[in-house]
Amino acid sequence: MIFRHPVFWLTLVFAGVMIWLPLHGNNVSLREDLILVAVAIILASNLNLMIGYTGYVNFGHIVFYGLGGYVGLYLATVRGWNLVLSALLAGVVVSICALLFGLGILRLRGAYFALATIGILVAVQSFVSNFDPFGRSTGMYVSFEAYQPWGGARRALWITYFLVIAVMALSMILSLAIKISKFGLGLFAIREDEDAAVVLGVNATVYKAIIYSVSAFLPAVAGTLMFYKNGMVDPSIAFEFMLSLEGIVMLMLGGKGTVIGAALGGGLYEKLRSYLLTSPKLSNFHLVIAGGLLLVVVLFAPGGLIGWLYRFVPRSEKVIE
Amino acid sequence: MSGIVASMIDGVLIGAVYGLAAMGLSLIWGVMDVINLTHGAVIVLGMFGMYLLFAAFPVNAYLLLLPVIAVGLVLGLIIYWTSVHWVIDRPQLASLLSTFAVNMIIIGIGTAVWSTSPYNVNFTLRGITIGAYTFTGNHIAAAVGAVVIALALELFLNRTRQGKAIRAVADNREAAELMGISSTMVLALAFAIGIALATASGALVSTLFPFTILSGATYQMKSFVVTVLAGLGKPLGALVAGILLGLLEGAVTPFIAVSWIPLIEFGLFVVVLVAFPKGLFARSTA
Repeated sequence: MIFRHPVFWLTLVFAGVMIWLPLHGNNVSLREDLILVAVAIILASNLNLMIGYTGYVNFGHIVFYGLGGYVGLYLATVRGWNLVLSALLAGVVVSICALLFGLGILRLRGAYFALATIGILVAVQSFVSNFDPFGRSTGMYVSFEAYQPWGGARRALWITYFLVIAVMALSMILSLAIKISKFGLGLFAIREDEDAAVVLGVNATVYKAIIYSVSAFLPAVAGTLMFYKNGMVDPSIAFEFMLSLEGIVMLMLGGKGTVIGAALGGGLYEKLRSYLLTSPKLSNFHLVIAGGLLLVVVLFAPGGLIGWLYRFVPRSEKVIE
Repeated sequence: MSGIVASMIDGVLIGAVYGLAAMGLSLIWGVMDVINLTHGAVIVLGMFGMYLLFAAFPVNAYLLLLPVIAVGLVLGLIIYWTSVHWVIDRPQLASLLSTFAVNMIIIGIGTAVWSTSPYNVNFTLRGITIGAYTFTGNHIAAAVGAVVIALALELFLNRTRQGKAIRAVADNREAAELMGISSTMVLALAFAIGIALATASGALVSTLFPFTILSGATYQMKSFVVTVLAGLGKPLGALVAGILLGLLEGAVTPFIAVSWIPLIEFGLFVVVLVAFPKGLFARSTA
């Protein structure tokens, strides 16, 4: 049962703290910091389902966030639908797209798949930049009236913050639920040796397509919420390749394959990035430092921070996950 | 009608440069099964190398290819010993991520030094005019340069002892070691040559189009498409596939907006990967 798992309760406590911190004293700038941390955790956790659990590198994970945000924002502003409904529907649409893409490109193994995911990102970005209903390369704006149903922009921003935190908690719980399920075991088998897994009766094609599609859902919801909060979206913001790649750095830093590792890496990296970007001396070098970090982790500590913890305190692996 | 033909001929000329870029990727991929994600960044370094050299020595830009290639070889050895050598026997994920990390470092430093504003190499050769159409001299010279370098590589791989050692290691590393070939040195050499080819192609591209530090991603994507079209480890096939891709681009650009091209290229990439996983030029051997 998932309720007996310490990580489940840890997630709830963490989400509670994330809500309490900015609410206490109505600290808006802290809220804006934390919403980025939450988005980083959402992206890293869902990316973990592919890289950490299934062993397939997805370089274009941000496409789910961007496309979902576009679809959701289109429904919420142009069509005038309820925000939550739009976000959920965006998740469903993007998951179906992912399933279709997945059935095509998941026939590719290993590195070929990784390359195809870059292609998907480029192709979807080029499609959206030429698609009239989405405003082509100028993007879309949220008119000020769109915030009225929530009681004005100020309240709407708080509500989207709570929703993003909820999506973050759901991402971690989803990762945990998959990890302790039989389905998750099948994914781990694919990661270790796909041919052997197939021989032992794991339907690898279906498993991979499902997890690819599942890993698309919550990022798409988060994309809708974030673009709604920002009030605008355009193709270069929605499909930022660097963010896609930084997701991989977060995951490797924290420790791929673990729920806590993905969240830890996402949170820490986002904090580090915002520190570097605001520091006058280092702001130009944040990519260099991120790259250096990734290189060091890949070469010397493939298990990330959680891997270190497990190595030096072996008992912790049993307690945590 | 003749406009399309002219556009296709121009496509072929540019395609030869795409082919040269892809040869670098294909060589590394074929010899050591590493997908070199520094490729795009290295192409951009070739562009800036040409820019800096031309600014310092304003001679015929195509003469400057030789120093660019020399710098590329050294750069290749540096990248090999920092990020590839240690992960070569680990699962492919490791080398994918480590070369990617180097890519981020290069792009990060490049952005800090040159920002993301466009640069160009201000050098023009006189073109050839046929009827109403003029083919610029730069396009012709770049295509000739690409073909000459490609043929030089082919000669090197087939006629020299070092080249044969590279092919032997690509075929079967263990067997090659048993024959007394030091596979580490051969891998480093092959990696350096692959990087040098990428810098050379970048230098050629810099004489054709303006570029920014982020231009590499486009050419990296094209190189992947070309490599997959040609099949792995077939450098000369990559040149031919590059020319085919250029031809295709030349044939479609008169009809559709340029911003659709990534979608078409990617479609081609997936179709070829799924339908011809060994490339278009695969021989039916067991």
